[in-house]
Amino acid sequence: MAEALGFFTDTTVCIGCKACEVACKEWNQLPAENGGVGTLSGDSYDNTRRLDGIHWRHVRFIEQFKGPYDGRWLMMSDVCKHCVQAGCLEVCPTGAIIRTEFDTVVIQSDVCNGCRACIAACPFGVIDINPVSGTAQKCTLCYDRLKVGLEPACSKACPTDSIQFGPITELRQRAQKRVEQLRAQGTKADLYGADPNGALGGLNSFYLLVDKPEVYGLPKQPQLPTRNLSKTAGFSVASAAVLGVLALVGLRKHRMDDMGGPGGGGGGGGGGGQN
Amino acid sequence: MSDTFFSGAPHWTWFIIPYFYVGGLAGGAYFLAAILAWFGKPEDRPVVRAGYDVAAVGAIFSGLLLTVDLGQPLRFWHMLFQSENFPAVMFKAWSPISFGAWAILLFGLFSVLSALGARAEEGRLQNAALRAVGGVVRGGLAKLVSGVGGILGFFVAGYTGVLLSVTNRPIWADSPWLGALFLVSGASTGAAMLILLAPGRGAAQRSLEWLSSFDTRALVLELLVLALFLISLGSINRVWLSFWGLVLLVGVVGAGILAPLRLHAKPAQAARLVLLGGFLLRLATMLASEGIDRYRVAAGM
Ligand code: SF4
Ligand code: SF4
Repeated sequence: MAEALGFFTDTTVCIGCKACEVACKEWNQLPAENGGVGTLSGDSYDNTRRLDGIHWRHVRFIEQFKGPYDGRWLMMSDVCKHCVQAGCLEVCPTGAIIRTEFDTVVIQSDVCNGCRACIAACPFGVIDINPVSGTAQKCTLCYDRLKVGLEPACSKACPTDSIQFGPITELRQRAQKRVEQLRAQGTKADLYGADPNGALGGLNSFYLLVDKPEVYGLPKQPQLPTRNLSKTAGFSVASAAVLGVLALVGLRKHRMDDMGGPGGGGGGGGGGGQN
Repeated sequence: MSDTFFSGAPHWTWFIIPYFYVGGLAGGAYFLAAILAWFGKPEDRPVVRAGYDVAAVGAIFSGLLLTVDLGQPLRFWHMLFQSENFPAVMFKAWSPISFGAWAILLFGLFSVLSALGARAEEGRLQNAALRAVGGVVRGGLAKLVSGVGGILGFFVAGYTGVLLSVTNRPIWADSPWLGALFLVSGASTGAAMLILLAPGRGAAQRSLEWLSSFDTRALVLELLVLALFLISLGSINRVWLSFWGLVLLVGVVGAGILAPLRLHAKPAQAARLVLLGGFLLRLATMLASEGIDRYRVAAGM
C-alpha cells in the first residue's frame, strides 16, 4: 500500500465560507437538494445541517451564545473520517465498501444495493442514500483525483487551509505543533482521532477541536458495531435453548397426562413404567 | 449521552418493520412445527403442516419485503455472491446482515421443502413436479429437513435483533438483549398464529392445548427479557418518554403480554393480542431509534 493519505482539519481557522462544500458538490457532481430551492433551517445560520448522500462535506456551525455580546462561533468542516477500523466497511454485506491503496474508505456505487447497513454502522452519521443513484454514498477522499496526483477538491478550495491534505504521518506532526502553539497562547486545544492507538485505530481525517467532541456532534469514544455481536448472539442462543426446553417440558407434561389419566401429570419421571 | 446518539438513522421503516415481524413469526412457527415433527404424536401432524405453511409463506414474503426495501432491488443477489466475481460467494460471518441474507434464503428453501412434503403427505399437490419434490421429503429426510429448518427458523427470528445491535444506533446498540427479545417474540407470535390457523387444518385439541401452554410460557419469558432489555438501557430509557414509550407500555406490555396471559382461557382472543403485541414491539423499538437524528442531537434540540 502506498502511504496513508488523509485530512487534518484545524477548526480554529475555519471561517465558515463553505467553499469546501461547494467544491465537493461541484467536483463530484452531487445533485442539489429540494430541486435547487433553498430551505432554511430556521434555527441556525447553517442551512446544510448534515452530511448525507448528497452532502459529502458539511461545514458545521456551532453557535454558542449566552447573550447578544457574549458568545462565539465554532466552525468545523465535517467529512467521512476514513477510519482505520471502519464500521461501515465491516458490516457491508455486498463488499461495496473497500479500503483503497491510499488507506481511504470508498463505497463502490455499482456494487452497493442500498441495504443501508453502513448508515447505521458508522459512528459519525456520515453516510446516507443518494436518491439519484439509490445507493449509499459519502466522501471518497476524491479517489479519482488522488489517482492522477491531484489533491481533493475541498482542501484545494479551502482559503484558510483549515482543511489540510497529505500523508497522515506528516499531518500528525503538523497538528501536534499547532496544538502546542495554541496552548502556548492560552487556548484550549485537543486533537480528535489523531492517535493511531486510540479509538478505531485512528482516523485518517482527524481534527483539532477547542471544545468537547460532543459539542461538534462527534462521539467521545467511537466504536465498531461488532463490539456487540458475541454478547447479543450469546443471549439469543441462550433464550432459544430456554424456549426449546419450555416446548419439550410442555410436551412431556402432556404425555404424562395422557399416560396417567386425570391427576397423573405429577412429578419427575413417574409415568415411565408404562412404556 | 451515549455515543450512539451521533450516528445516522438507516430509514429501516415500512418494509423492514413488517419484515422483522413476519420473519420472526415464520421462524417461530417452523420451530414449533419441528418440535412436534420430532417429539410429537401422529395427532400433532395438522399443527406440523400448518407450521410449515406459515413458515413457507412467511419466508417468501420476508424475502420480498427485504428486496423491495433495497435502494437497488435488482442487486439483491450482491448480498449472496460477489457481483464482480460471480459465482464466488459473498459472506461475512461477523456481519449479521450478510449471514442473515443467507439464513433467510436457506430458511425459505427448507420451509418450502417441508411444506411441499406435508402437502404430498395429505395428497394435496396437483402439479406433478411439485408432487415429485414433496414425495421425496418424507420419513427420515423430512425429519432431517425439519431439524435443520427449525434451527434456521430460530436463527431468522433472532438475527433481526442481533442485526440491530450490531450498529451504532441509539437503543439498538445500547443493549445486548434485542436479539433474545425478538427471538422470544418470534416464538410467541409463531405459536399465536398456529393457535389461530391450526383448527382449520383439523388440529387435535391436545395439540392446541400444548400450543397455548407454550405461548403462555413464552410470554412470561418475553416479559422477563423485555425487563432485562430495559434495565440494560440504563439512562437511554429517557427515549421512551415519547409516543413510542406509550406504545411499548400499553401496546406491547399491556395488550401484547399481560392481557393474553389473563385471557388464556380464551386462546383465540389471546392469540390475536399476542400477534398485535409482537408487531408493536418491532414498531416501537425501530421507530423510537429511527426518530433520533444526529444533527438535532448535536444542536441540543
Ligand atoms: S467515518 Fe463512517 S463512513 Fe467514514 S470510514 Fe468511518 S465508519 Fe465509514
Ligand atoms: S448500503 Fe451499500 S455500501 Fe452500505 S452496507 Fe449496504 S451494500 Fe454496503
